[in-house]
Amino acid sequence: MKGQFLSISLCIGALLAPTSAFAQAIAIGDAEAGADVYRRECASCHQIGEGATHRIGPHLNHIFDRGAASHDDFRYSGALERQGRDGLTWDLRRLHAYIENPRALVSGTRMSYRGLKDEERRSDLIAYLRVFSDQPQNIPEAAPTALRPEIELSPEILAIVGDVEYGEYLSQECATCHQRSGANEGIPGIVGWPEEDFVVAMHAYKEKLRPHEVMQTIAARLGEEEIAALAAYFAELDE
Amino acid sequence: MKLQRRTFLASVSAASAVMAAPPVLGQARPRVVVIGGGSGGGTVARYIAKDSDGAVDVTLIEPTKRYYTCYFSNLYLGGFWGYDALGHGYEGIAAAGVNVVHDWAIGVDRDARTVTLASGASVPYDKLVVAPGIDFVDNAVPGWDVTKQSLMPHAYKSGTQVQLLKNQIENMRDGGTFCMVAPPNPYRCPPGPGERVSMVAHMLSESNPTAKILVVDPKENFSKQALFEEGWAKHYPGMVTRIGPDFGGANVEVRPDAMEVVIDGQVEKVDVCNVIPAQKAGKIAELAGLTNDAGWAPVTPSDMRSTMDENVFVLGDAAQQGAMPKSGFSANSQAKVVANVVRGELTGSRIFPARYSNTCWSLIATDDGVKVGASYEAGENQIESVSSFISQTGEEADLRRQTYEESIGWYNGIVADIFG
Repeated sequence: MKGQFLSISLCIGALLAPTSAFAQAIAIGDAEAGADVYRRECASCHQIGEGATHRIGPHLNHIFDRGAASHDDFRYSGALERQGRDGLTWDLRRLHAYIENPRALVSGTRMSYRGLKDEERRSDLIAYLRVFSDQPQNIPEAAPTALRPEIELSPEILAIVGDVEYGEYLSQECATCHQRSGANEGIPGIVGWPEEDFVVAMHAYKEKLRPHEVMQTIAARLGEEEIAALAAYFAELDE
Repeated sequence: MKLQRRTFLASVSAASAVMAAPPVLGQARPRVVVIGGGSGGGTVARYIAKDSDGAVDVTLIEPTKRYYTCYFSNLYLGGFWGYDALGHGYEGIAAAGVNVVHDWAIGVDRDARTVTLASGASVPYDKLVVAPGIDFVDNAVPGWDVTKQSLMPHAYKSGTQVQLLKNQIENMRDGGTFCMVAPPNPYRCPPGPGERVSMVAHMLSESNPTAKILVVDPKENFSKQALFEEGWAKHYPGMVTRIGPDFGGANVEVRPDAMEVVIDGQVEKVDVCNVIPAQKAGKIAELAGLTNDAGWAPVTPSDMRSTMDENVFVLGDAAQQGAMPKSGFSANSQAKVVANVVRGELTGSRIFPARYSNTCWSLIATDDGVKVGASYEAGENQIESVSSFISQTGEEADLRRQTYEESIGWYNGIVADIFG
């Protein structure tokens, strides 16, 4: 009887130990340093702060303790939605795991991010995210991370209404690598992006402000109308 | 009464099938026949069927029930990719509304506009797409023909030939010599031989490190040469020797029964020999009278239409189109142009200007991927390169790993695009 009790408590100890050691090791990050990490790693897809809206990714206000895939007005991958239904919640541990290697935690996620291996930078980033979660009064007046566009595009370019049918034809060139299902298996999914973000990204490749030779080559011969057509088509495409 | 009605209906539909052009609201559906279910043919069949919503009757003729891609077959040789993962069935293409017929096309009557199948059936078309890939030029390497392909595999059409080559390399004696007879230009997959040497070297460096690789090459230069040579020196030092034309690489004969390779008169004993002969368009293109003296099917650059017949299009490796390499990516890209044009001509849908592109990824060693690519446009007489890029020597390991991961993403993307 005594032996059995001991072994049970050992089991519990074994279960708890890594968690608490982990929590101790990572609890404190530097939110100020995290703001810089956020700008480098996250801001091209996610907004945070007052007035933040969903872009390529959902906004990240109040991310702590929020259920995964719980914004009704954002289109998540089926994989993340399933995990959300199964109870995945963005607590400290899960955020660390997801940011370290998104596809290891949610294999079918559409988040096209390779992961942040550096634990200290990850802790700083999470400390920064936390500022916008449990202390809403701290949300600054002007969103500190409001997207500074990679490339200044004239309102005329952004106002072009894309020809969806033309976009569908042009998208065939994309579909050789980017899957229409939105699946991300080594090449990012591009389905369901806000049109403006798509347009900015393609013009950034076109002007070689964004690195990637294949994309620069593809974008080099796309005109403004063609980029708008692609943006319109992919924004509407259902997973 | 019901039974009678059903019987009546069945006999009507059987009669329509015999007539082959069932009237739909007084009009026959236009018929497209595609010969060859690879990267070009599979794509064009699926795209036309999918995008025309049943307005076009699409038949795909392909002898094999499962298609094994050539691309990534070198990765299978190197142990980085499974054999089964190279294979793709035609269910997705059929689900898009394509009538998939597993048979050989053995003749084309371009006047009657019919394709004859090995089974004896005759399939009528309004537009024909020919995408048969490659065949080998007879006597290109003296001593070798397809009857010797078990002794000296070509392994250049994927499938069982690649399995055979892998098996032979795995069972090679310690310290033995693997020889590759590389093909002259033009041939399918320009970086293919270099990638194959890399993957065989990877495999041998693990299981048979004293083995040697001998490449006999009739070409002065080869695709991604600087990248491959840098990689071989770095990962497999001393293992690979290449004999170019300056040392007799263009003057080669093989003796499969004796496992000998004669290079410029000098006899070399080898243990495994991969002979990749000179190539030409797949046989059916020739039988259909679509090829020129060079053995390839010339096409119009703006739409891949045969210069011999306005109702026929030739796609992929078999076509002589200009600057695009013969690759699965190119065939897939050309197929989309053809699908757009064919559908437009048959149904009145919008026809957009041709756009072509290609990227070829190659793996040199674990996590060491490189790529070359370009975009193309229709010039006056041929397809021309607009802009291009290639990986650089001395790149960071992390970039090379990303390039490899990207190639896996591309593989998954293109097979989803072709096979649905």
